[in-house]
Amino acid sequence: MSELTQGLIQAFWLVVTLDPDLIEITLRSLQVTVCALAIACLIALPFGAYLAVQRFRFRRTVIAVINALMGLPPVVVGLIVYVFLSRAGPFGVMGLLFTPTAMIIAQVIIIVPLITSIAHQSLRDLWAEYHDLLISMNTSRRQRISTLLWDGRRALLTASLAGFGRGIGEVGAIMIVGGNIDHATRVLTTAIALETGKGNFALALALGFILIALAITVNLLIHWLSRTETGGRW
Amino acid sequence: MVSALFPLQAIGATVRRKDKTLIGPVDLALGAEGITIVVGPNGAGKTSLLKMLHGIVRLSDGQVTWACTTPEAQARQAFVFQTPVMLRRSVLENLTYPLRLAGMPKAQAIAQAKDWATRIGMAEATSRSALVLSGGERQKLALARALIRAPDVLFLDEPCASLDGRAMREIEALLVQANQEGTRIIMSTHDMGQARRLATEVVFILQGRIHEFGPAKEFFASPDTAETSAFLKGDIVD
Repeated sequence: MSELTQGLIQAFWLVVTLDPDLIEITLRSLQVTVCALAIACLIALPFGAYLAVQRFRFRRTVIAVINALMGLPPVVVGLIVYVFLSRAGPFGVMGLLFTPTAMIIAQVIIIVPLITSIAHQSLRDLWAEYHDLLISMNTSRRQRISTLLWDGRRALLTASLAGFGRGIGEVGAIMIVGGNIDHATRVLTTAIALETGKGNFALALALGFILIALAITVNLLIHWLSRTETGGRW
Repeated sequence: MVSALFPLQAIGATVRRKDKTLIGPVDLALGAEGITIVVGPNGAGKTSLLKMLHGIVRLSDGQVTWACTTPEAQARQAFVFQTPVMLRRSVLENLTYPLRLAGMPKAQAIAQAKDWATRIGMAEATSRSALVLSGGERQKLALARALIRAPDVLFLDEPCASLDGRAMREIEALLVQANQEGTRIIMSTHDMGQARRLATEVVFILQGRIHEFGPAKEFFASPDTAETSAFLKGDIVD
């Protein structure tokens, strides 16, 4: 209990004094996750909408695989990305291992199935509602997808936030491909793992509280900016 | 312009789902003028007939042809559903949607949408979410959204079902005006009063087949079959 209290106090002081190391790793956490989220959304949201509107052979299999990939073990993803980016791997010449870029790649692989699956679930329901109308309006597939993406934006925001939550709290994969290098690839989660390993529980807890606060703040900010749960029903 | 689309012909057109025949075989030829009203008891196949002619259900047998190519015909039609589908957007955005799909510049689309919003008495509600509208308002909006691109053919599936007299009158006025402006109307209804007011020709459908088809005056004055007479009298026919 005392460690919890100490953690809270230490977290408070780290924030109040604007601890430079804390600021650095927090910003890096945000940078990596927001970049990964942006890339993942560009892939996953249109793909989720495509799966909702298009009928093709093995569609159900593809959806089942995507759903299964939501539970992809991050450590395994990290390991595979490591193999691909290591000097002996096919992309070794790019020198990306132990850089934030490698961490972004790993996070994208982890969160794309999650966002795709949630987006598909909600857009499938919307498509069932819109199907006859959009067919009768003689819309192209591209127009159907863009209509679903726009009209389903509130649900897609939730999908994106789920991706953000998964990304910002991820540790296994980015530890492997990032290496937790101080002033280079250390982020909040890897710092927590490091401090816990050193037995520095109060600092680890402090970082943990800051991570939770960061996740909540980003969620609230996005909800506030997008004005969800206000005005008429959309 | 309309004449290039018609005649609309259905030859042996049939729609089946899981070994159950929803409609057909239907043989029908519709000309370029007037308002065709499809009547019949519940489950007779009125909706299936309209969707089949409009081309949004796949035929199991037979064919439906227009005087022009199918893609061109599809681009010149619109459909209003019994339960209006509202896009999760504002009233104005629902109206601009078909215009923007057709590539109309945004400013022009907004101006035209505002004009239509005024025509349907919703000028003050353009910024409201379409999802909070009443049933009558939704149906008027759906009708305006269908008419805003001035389709050559408009299909309507019981557009006034569950609407009160005032809303029904407003919708009928819009339909008559659209017809006078050149839109061919093909519509189903279970309201015989409405059929008498609007129809120039009537299709009576029973058990998935066209039982009687002809000019409205003759249909109502001297029906050909006992089933049609019974239906017009309000007896139960199935």
